[in-house]
Amino acid sequence: MKHTLTILLRNKPGALSRVTGLFSGRNFNIESLCVAETLDPELSCLTLVTKGDAAIIEQITKQLHKLIDVVTLSDISEGEYVEREMVLIRVKADGQSRAEVLRIIDIFRGKVVDVSPNSYALEITGPESKIDAVLDILRPIGIKEIVRTGKIAMKRAPKK
Amino acid sequence: MCSSFFLTHLPRKPGHVMSKITGAEAIIKCLQEEGVDLIFGYPGGAVIELYDELLKSPIRHILVRHEQGAVHAADGYARASGKVGVALLTSGPGATNGVTAIATAYSDSIPVVVLTGQVPRALIGNDAFQEVDIVGITRPCTKHNYLVNDPKDLVPTLREAFYLAAAGRPGPVLVDLPKDIIAATIDYPEKKPVKMPTYQPNTTPHPRQVERACRAILQAKRPVLYVGGGVILSNSNEEVTWLARRLSIPVTMTLMGLGGFPGTDPLSLGMLGMHGTYAANMAVAKSDLLIAVGSRFDDRVTGRLDAFAPEAKIIHIDIDPSSISKNVSVDIPIVADCKLALAAINNWFNNLQDFSESAMHEQLGPWLAQVREWQQAYPLGYIDDEEVIKPQYVIEKLQELTNGQAIITTEVGQNQMWAAQFYRFDHPRRLLTSGGLGTMGYGLPAAIGAQLAFPEATVIDIAGDGSIQMNIQELATAKESGAPVKVAILNNSFLGMVRQWQELFYKRHYAATTMDFSPDFVTLASAYQAVGLRAKTKAEVVPVIKEALATDNVVIMDFVISREERVFPMVPAGKATTEMLLV
Repeated sequence: MKHTLTILLRNKPGALSRVTGLFSGRNFNIESLCVAETLDPELSCLTLVTKGDAAIIEQITKQLHKLIDVVTLSDISEGEYVEREMVLIRVKADGQSRAEVLRIIDIFRGKVVDVSPNSYALEITGPESKIDAVLDILRPIGIKEIVRTGKIAMKRAPKK
Repeated sequence: MCSSFFLTHLPRKPGHVMSKITGAEAIIKCLQEEGVDLIFGYPGGAVIELYDELLKSPIRHILVRHEQGAVHAADGYARASGKVGVALLTSGPGATNGVTAIATAYSDSIPVVVLTGQVPRALIGNDAFQEVDIVGITRPCTKHNYLVNDPKDLVPTLREAFYLAAAGRPGPVLVDLPKDIIAATIDYPEKKPVKMPTYQPNTTPHPRQVERACRAILQAKRPVLYVGGGVILSNSNEEVTWLARRLSIPVTMTLMGLGGFPGTDPLSLGMLGMHGTYAANMAVAKSDLLIAVGSRFDDRVTGRLDAFAPEAKIIHIDIDPSSISKNVSVDIPIVADCKLALAAINNWFNNLQDFSESAMHEQLGPWLAQVREWQQAYPLGYIDDEEVIKPQYVIEKLQELTNGQAIITTEVGQNQMWAAQFYRFDHPRRLLTSGGLGTMGYGLPAAIGAQLAFPEATVIDIAGDGSIQMNIQELATAKESGAPVKVAILNNSFLGMVRQWQELFYKRHYAATTMDFSPDFVTLASAYQAVGLRAKTKAEVVPVIKEALATDNVVIMDFVISREERVFPMVPAGKATTEMLLV
């Protein structure tokens, strides 16, 4: 099962490689990884998507906790959370497909960010499932290239 | 010009005097503050400045002959004394030569601080001479490591390193020191306690978990204490012994746990696992309550996992949460320092009204009788010979002639297992062995470290003819540093343990395990101005040991043993621990 971990990490040289090295060294799996500075410039936030049964996830979280540079860690997929991913898609757009691509992108509330005579570059954000859906729809038209950010996520505020 | 010259050299008010010192001075000062009086190392270009400073300091430096030896010696010093061991290596190959020994310390959770030189910051990343990314290389085999990138971080980093090495679950910490940082001028920050908000291991046991554990113990009919290296590291052998004796609980120990409970006590089952005793493996297999203390359910202990202690409820005391339920699912985890957790358990029984030792003893009567039966059915043994030397006999005599008081280091393989089985350790910190990583070449340098920690002790490296050659150059270190360690080579002209596997599981195909050529160890000893002794028959064993023990010099005892002797019992890899080969 997929789990989304949010890791607050000390912004130290090599800290990220301690995390990724732990995954490769212990044969754990990284599906996606997103890192950037937080409000506090001394800390980075990692959103990491991994896969495994309960015992593996338990080991992953315990081992991550042992890293000196890891400040806090939570498996946010255990509760309610919002997730987003962004994708840039270069899709074939010539002749009849030019208008079709625009209609599709409108439905998914995406944007055109680059235009050439025979292609569009599109920007779409949303949960992973939406990104996958857009890609499925566009695939028959002709996707030339995609770049995905990987997932970022945030716990929902308590409902009170 | 003149006046300005003087102006700039006017002393500032006393309160404002900052102690400007060099990085090298600061490192030495900091080491002294940390109580370091002994360093094992090997110089080189990147650390020459630091060595210059070390020369002036009261800290004793032991020059090893290979950097691996430096870190093993620091490790041996740490295991024997309980203090943090320190090694100092130069950049590049100096640092990489230390890696095996760092990984050794990491696998066994030994507190060691390794200082490595690094090329000047401006050259890092340039593929400079003797440059290597040692922080990158040692990331997975250190508890933590640092590259000091700013002179002002130098002293705080060193303090953190010492703190981290010893705190919580101990381990090696490496600090990489660029040459220009060592040469920099810095303000020496005042000593204050290290606070690391991101590293706060939980040392005190949760009272509710303690209570649950105690109630489970009270109800147990077939309990076993399964004691590991955590008991040695946390100095909780007395607490274990109290608990076991008060409640009549049989105790088995891992390789790393030997000495955590007296090996000659009637409640001791000896070691468990692959080369554990019949009684220990049977007791664990049939127990209804396994009390794991500072042990980690290593594959050499558990054998086939689904057959390990299948009937037992499991209590697991460990300071490292990641050890709990890693291999075997635990019913009552207690994340704490073993010493504090055991003290809390003992205290609970002390305060328990109408608890009676004799009632508990009676409750466990049938179990203790069963355990005794197993012990008597298949005690550790070997088929002795009147002529040929049996390695087990050598170990027994070593124990006898040292009254079980020696510090024993081992190499890895059959020599290690025979030492673990037949030298019955009554005290902690007397068996120094590479348990987790299984590093051949560990024993000799570790013995030097232990000998320098305890100059009066008898320190014996139990070795094989193969493994002794992995770090035999350290004989020179032993001689030069005045560490009269004794080396007992169980010489079978084989890489014995692998040979044993080949005999049992690979149709006696002795691929690359026949060591037809080795140096003449007696002559070799004399080349090092040490004493070389040889025993070829059983009758010669005791006189050789006696002479070695009476010699105030490094001694190599070359015992020519029965060539194809095997270590038994043995649980074949992947089998249940009850499926022992006994003879």
